[in-house]
Amino acid sequence: MSLPIILFFVCAALAVAGAIALIVAREPIHSALSLILVMVTLAVLYLLLGAEFIAAVQVIVYAGAVMVLFVFVIMLLNASAEVRTNWSKMAMYVGVPLGIFLLLEIAYWVWRSSVGPNVANGATAATGAFSTRALSMELFKHYLFPFEVTSILILIAILGALVLAKRSE
Amino acid sequence: MDFISEHAVLVVSLIKIAVLLFVVMTALAYLTWFERKVVARIQSRWGPYYVGAHGLLQPLADGLKFLFKEDVTPPASDRLVYTLAPFLALSLALTTLALIPFGPPDIQVFGQPVFVVADSSIGLLFLFAITSMGVYGVALAGWSSNSKYPLLGGLRSSAQMVSYEVSLTLSVVGVLLLAGSFSFNGIIEHQGGNILHWHVWPQIVGFLCYITAAIAETNRVPFDLPEAETELVAGFHTEYSSFKFAMFFMAEYANMITVSCLATILFFGGWLSPFPDSWTWQLFLPGVGLIALGLYCLYDTVKEMRGIAQLQFAVVTLLCFAGGAICLIPRVMPIAQGPFWFVTKVGLFIFFYVWIRGTLPRFRYDQLMSFGWKLLLPVSLANLVGTALVILLVKR
Amino acid sequence: MVPISYYLVLSGILFGLGVIGFVFKRNIITIFMAIELMLNAVNLAFVAFARAWNQLDGLIFVFFVIVVAAAEAAVGLAIAIVIAQNRRSLNVEDVNLLKF
Repeated sequence: MSLPIILFFVCAALAVAGAIALIVAREPIHSALSLILVMVTLAVLYLLLGAEFIAAVQVIVYAGAVMVLFVFVIMLLNASAEVRTNWSKMAMYVGVPLGIFLLLEIAYWVWRSSVGPNVANGATAATGAFSTRALSMELFKHYLFPFEVTSILILIAILGALVLAKRSE
Repeated sequence: MDFISEHAVLVVSLIKIAVLLFVVMTALAYLTWFERKVVARIQSRWGPYYVGAHGLLQPLADGLKFLFKEDVTPPASDRLVYTLAPFLALSLALTTLALIPFGPPDIQVFGQPVFVVADSSIGLLFLFAITSMGVYGVALAGWSSNSKYPLLGGLRSSAQMVSYEVSLTLSVVGVLLLAGSFSFNGIIEHQGGNILHWHVWPQIVGFLCYITAAIAETNRVPFDLPEAETELVAGFHTEYSSFKFAMFFMAEYANMITVSCLATILFFGGWLSPFPDSWTWQLFLPGVGLIALGLYCLYDTVKEMRGIAQLQFAVVTLLCFAGGAICLIPRVMPIAQGPFWFVTKVGLFIFFYVWIRGTLPRFRYDQLMSFGWKLLLPVSLANLVGTALVILLVKR
Repeated sequence: MVPISYYLVLSGILFGLGVIGFVFKRNIITIFMAIELMLNAVNLAFVAFARAWNQLDGLIFVFFVIVVAAAEAAVGLAIAIVIAQNRRSLNVEDVNLLKF
């Protein structure tokens, strides 16, 4: 029961709890908070896997900007609690069992996959091949074109959001 | 001893965290005293004077008041989020202080550096990650109070924080290009030498952008419209009382301290001294400075104070002299250098913050947002591009 | 230390929960959040595989997924705001003009 395994299980439990809270919560703001919890625990897991830059990007961009956008929209639209209606018979008797079966099947086949024997040691890997320097070398040498295209994509997204926001007035 | 040396990381970290928390909470309390005194002197009045000698016990009185006030919760609010928001704000504000180095990393006990709690190779990136989460404390507080003024104040304040966060991060990238490292100790060591090697000289534009964005990010005057008393009652913390309000209050001051520490580390050499290392007389500076302060307090005790205030100030004088004497012990002299310079520089920045608060009027909200997006962001970008170009041309 | 399959099982569970949220929830914003949950699960799988085979490409992929998800969230939420103001409701079942 070494420290990495304990940390993994704590983070995994928090992530799954957050995901279940996202589905079960009645108020959208509670779902948003649970999703933020999931993202932060995933950032800790990325650290455990040695991807320090990705962990920081996850918190800064995903948890710190995208989720702020979600929270703003929820506040702006004054999203209220979902009305609890009875599920249709289809959903109750076919949907839920199939959903749980999907989960278990994914877990089972992943467990039996051949990736099992590989281990990860996050602490020593941070200074090695996954450092920020190596990542940026790779990004700006081999993946320069997708990088530039992504910046144009973000520009398109900004313009689209601006146009949509204007039209609603 | 064996137990300690085996689990050195854990034990030493716990002790460092405890000491840091204690020091920071005391500093927060006395920062409120400092602010009230300085703003008062700018406005030609005395400030806190009666509660303890020179008002030094005022923070204690304020803290007790906050603890004993009735905790009123608005009835229609979202209980979970309402209670979570101040905790989130304060815990995030205090977590950033774990990354900051107060002194050189080579002073160690049991193999662990004494002056920094968490020395990370991407410390700067983590610090920005934690401060970017600080928006939630404000936004959720405004939302969960279920009332007009907090909602408006919360939305405006979080929009302001998100906008100025972009300029804040961009203005720092110039320093990163120069230093070539994300870790704080790497950035500080790149500024080694003397005052002429500090990053503020080549990056003066970046520094000005950083200071402006930092004042906006911490919601201080002149960017404090969302929480100004004459504008929105009290903004996002209108509906909070007693301890939860105290937590928001402490979170704001802790953010101020963090941003000042960051400015010191990135632009002003952190714990390095402005004089070259060969000038050994600077080793006496901490001790001599504290003894000089003690002499001034002695003069004040004898000449001005009466009654119980005289007793209290005599204690302060004794503390100053004791501190000065400790700093003059030859063993302690080199160790005291790092923290002394760091605390002096951070103190100067905080004085600058408070000075601006006492002097400038505040921006209107639309002026604030257009300034952030239309002026500060292009200037930060231009600084980044210019720095990159210069480095490229010089390297050739 | 921690076998890679543990990370993949967690990724699978999170993805499955995201699918359940996407299918069963009615609020458009909650559905978007379930989509983000699925994207996060996929990111975890990418990073786990990058560690397993010691290749940086997984991390680059995660970087791009995060950026594209941010852009998609911005545009998607803008569309959701316009529709919500038009139909006066955030319930996806109320956007049913094309239903026969």
